[in-house]
Amino acid sequence: MIRVVLPAHLRNLAKVGDEVQLEIAGPVTQRSVLDALEARYPMLRGTIRDHVTQQRRPFLRFFACEEDWSHEGPDALLPEAVAKGEEPLLIVGAIAGG
Amino acid sequence: MSGVRVLVGTRKGGFILTSDGKRDKWNIAGPHFAGWEIYHMKGSPVDPNRIYASQTSGWFGQLVQVSNDGGKTWAVPGGEEPPAFSARASNKFVYDSSTETGKPLTTHQWYDGTQHPWEFKRVWHFEPSLHDADTVYAGVEDAALFRSTDGAKSWQEIPGLRGHGTGPHWQPGAGGMCLHTIILDPANPERMYIAISAAGAFRTDDGGKSWKPINKGLYSKYIPDPNAEVGHCVHHVAINPKRPDVLFMQKHWDVMRSDNAGDQWTKISGNLPTDFGFVIDVHAHEPETVYVVPIKSDSEHFPLDGKLRVYRSKSGGNEWEELKKGLPERDCYVNVLRDAMAVDTLDECGVYFGTTGGQVYMSPDGGDNWNAIVHDLPGVLSVEVQTLP
Repeated sequence: MIRVVLPAHLRNLAKVGDEVQLEIAGPVTQRSVLDALEARYPMLRGTIRDHVTQQRRPFLRFFACEEDWSHEGPDALLPEAVAKGEEPLLIVGAIAGG
Repeated sequence: MSGVRVLVGTRKGGFILTSDGKRDKWNIAGPHFAGWEIYHMKGSPVDPNRIYASQTSGWFGQLVQVSNDGGKTWAVPGGEEPPAFSARASNKFVYDSSTETGKPLTTHQWYDGTQHPWEFKRVWHFEPSLHDADTVYAGVEDAALFRSTDGAKSWQEIPGLRGHGTGPHWQPGAGGMCLHTIILDPANPERMYIAISAAGAFRTDDGGKSWKPINKGLYSKYIPDPNAEVGHCVHHVAINPKRPDVLFMQKHWDVMRSDNAGDQWTKISGNLPTDFGFVIDVHAHEPETVYVVPIKSDSEHFPLDGKLRVYRSKSGGNEWEELKKGLPERDCYVNVLRDAMAVDTLDECGVYFGTTGGQVYMSPDGGDNWNAIVHDLPGVLSVEVQTLP
């Protein structure tokens, strides 16, 4: 079971709580996690990565196990702790404010 | 008694203001989609309870929301469907570059004159079909026109607009290269007008297959050729639906009219104290009665002398009268953005506009007297009105 933490606006949009849990059969990567997330919550399509380019939106970053995974390739394996469900994948929006 | 529903898009959510036909007591509902920019909301003329909303964010991109109960509840079209439908996405706006459409177009002019790729940013304006509640047009940035025929579950570009020939010469204004005005001709289903900042106005007479610029008579001294075929910063265009060949335009500077469906424009600024502005609209029952909100200049986007004024012409332009009863007399430095004025169709026409300061003003008597329905919303991006049976 993979755990994903979404920004507040996307939690509201998907009508979910603090954490989403997903089943992923194969390798646990950014791409497989986002594929599973968008399949389970279709309203999130296009909000985290661009529909066409599949690029991460510039104001969002991915963190796991206290490390920034934003610039890793979409098919790079995420940490084992994420794959085992011990740690969540954090999708974090840039801080808004003055 | 009939009533009105005012759809207000703001920087931080959507609001729905409702009243009966007297329009003196208002119910304020919202914010819907709190914290998101709601660029535009508009109801279907076929089914007034069907409302389309453009929800955008610098973080999460574009979303489309649809209500089927007059704005009480909302849903992302297709958002609850199983993954088998994943090819459809209500927020997937992909520019048509296929060879089948004849003229793949991938670049336009950037601020510095170089060519720049077309990049989707947001929906500025929804225009629901006059005949089918599931058909809706979207004007987007970077400028293009899209259509959905399945209630906004999926979108296809109408490529003849970008591909008709002048597209590589279009360039963004400071607010972006947006297609902000879509007018469907009620008398001719094949005719449609659109306007783009800063390219100009365009018309199709064959349902969107072919387009032509309709900018003759526009003079813009801020571009290299003031009489150019395209490049004019048109801020908004309005018609009275009963006389769809007569168009009124608020350009960057200049208020204009055309009596032949845009083939030729004539300046009607007349005695306006300044003819810079963004909004323009036409009285619901008097086709020669036109409203604008003069703004000081292109570098000072606020009313002259801190006094918020609507100007009305009852003669189709040139002679304008100042309307001020109920509007701020001093220290007012708000703007009124291009899609933030609308009229209702009650017997005594109501006129509405919203400001960047969060006020929504309305006049129940064609502009003679004004009241603020609300004072302290987030900055208003758009105002539309539905007249309900």
